[in-house]
Amino acid sequence: MSLLTTASQTVGPYVGIGFAALCVEELAPEGVSGERITLTGRVTDGDGKPVNDAAVEIWQANAAGKYAHPEDAQDKAVEARFRGYGRSLTRADGGFRFATIKPGCVPAPGGGLQAPHIAVTVFMRGLLRHLATRVYFPGDPANAEDPVLRLVPEERRATLIARPAGGKGAFEWNIRLQGTDETVFFDL
Amino acid sequence: MTGITGYRRPYFRTQPPYLHPDYQSTVKRSPTRPLVLLPHSLTEVTGPVFGYEDVKPTDGDLTRQHAGEPIGERIIVSGRLLDENSRPVVHALIELWQANAAGRYRHEVDDHNAPLDPNFSGAGRVLTDAEGRYRFVTVKPGAYPWRNHYNAWRPAHLHLSIFGIGLAQRIVTQMYFPGDPLIPYDPMFSSIPDEKARERLVSSFDWETTRPDQALGFRFDIVLRGRDATPTESTRS
Repeated sequence: MSLLTTASQTVGPYVGIGFAALCVEELAPEGVSGERITLTGRVTDGDGKPVNDAAVEIWQANAAGKYAHPEDAQDKAVEARFRGYGRSLTRADGGFRFATIKPGCVPAPGGGLQAPHIAVTVFMRGLLRHLATRVYFPGDPANAEDPVLRLVPEERRATLIARPAGGKGAFEWNIRLQGTDETVFFDL
Repeated sequence: MTGITGYRRPYFRTQPPYLHPDYQSTVKRSPTRPLVLLPHSLTEVTGPVFGYEDVKPTDGDLTRQHAGEPIGERIIVSGRLLDENSRPVVHALIELWQANAAGRYRHEVDDHNAPLDPNFSGAGRVLTDAEGRYRFVTVKPGAYPWRNHYNAWRPAHLHLSIFGIGLAQRIVTQMYFPGDPLIPYDPMFSSIPDEKARERLVSSFDWETTRPDQALGFRFDIVLRGRDATPTESTRS
């Protein structure tokens, strides 16, 4: 007999109070290996207006494709100074920002590898449940074989791929809640 | 490497929908395209690990964050963090935030004309112990008006953010108080279709954790998604 899962409720407009203490926008202190990147973007609603009260959380592997988690049994090293967790509260313009490293490939279910990606969780007033999505990197040859991207209708895949933002390692990726270029969200 | 055991999907009607027009903010913020079903991989069964470098032992007592004590009814909120299979979720992070006893949040956007309390910030965090137990000491939040519809008031509630073992267990919820007459009018509470799942968000008064001459106890157990019985596919790197 299984217990009934607790229902989700919105974070509401005052999420900043609860989330501020564990905001992490700089994930990779000096000494962490990997290609340094910044990931910036804006969250916009169905009217294209900036969402200034969202919280964006990310979860990623290190440059070797290893998660800092006991269930990652790969024979690869974790790095003590890289947890792989980030959280950013959106600004007045809906903007969020992370400075991190590009993750490596991680295993896919059933064999093979997933392309480098960052898992993204989005919370805000007006979302009774959070949203889950992913961001991939432009031009990465592994994208073509990524089993998750292949689940997504081809015409919508671009919403999951960041764009070069000018500057070394700078990427831009926006979260659009509705509209013709609505971001792909996953039932996770 | 060993196989990946994913998490079970929520039971039908036990989670709120994205679009729930009675709660107006959902209209422009809920996705309009169907979600893409994502089989769980290593990415979803892992997730951030927190520890005592993130949470001080005193972070769970919201009545002792300032020079003086906050105004209001002191309460102790405790319970267990379990998964659907009744297994305790240990050393997991729970974050709490709330309005003060007058129904006002310490936040620049909150313009409700109720007083702020100089001795109350309204945020705390704890880690569950080796049995999945957690405990907060705080004051009971007040109800407050909001602009969703005419004469709209939110019932008293605590916001709770929980990180389980894996990303697929992440959840943010709200805990309500027993006997609150505002609950049936609340579109957020009512957004959950299943009545049992809805009622689970109401805490219960708990004599056992009530402390004489000090504080009323409320019990609130939190249940995260459980593992599927067997790994479905093996994973090799």
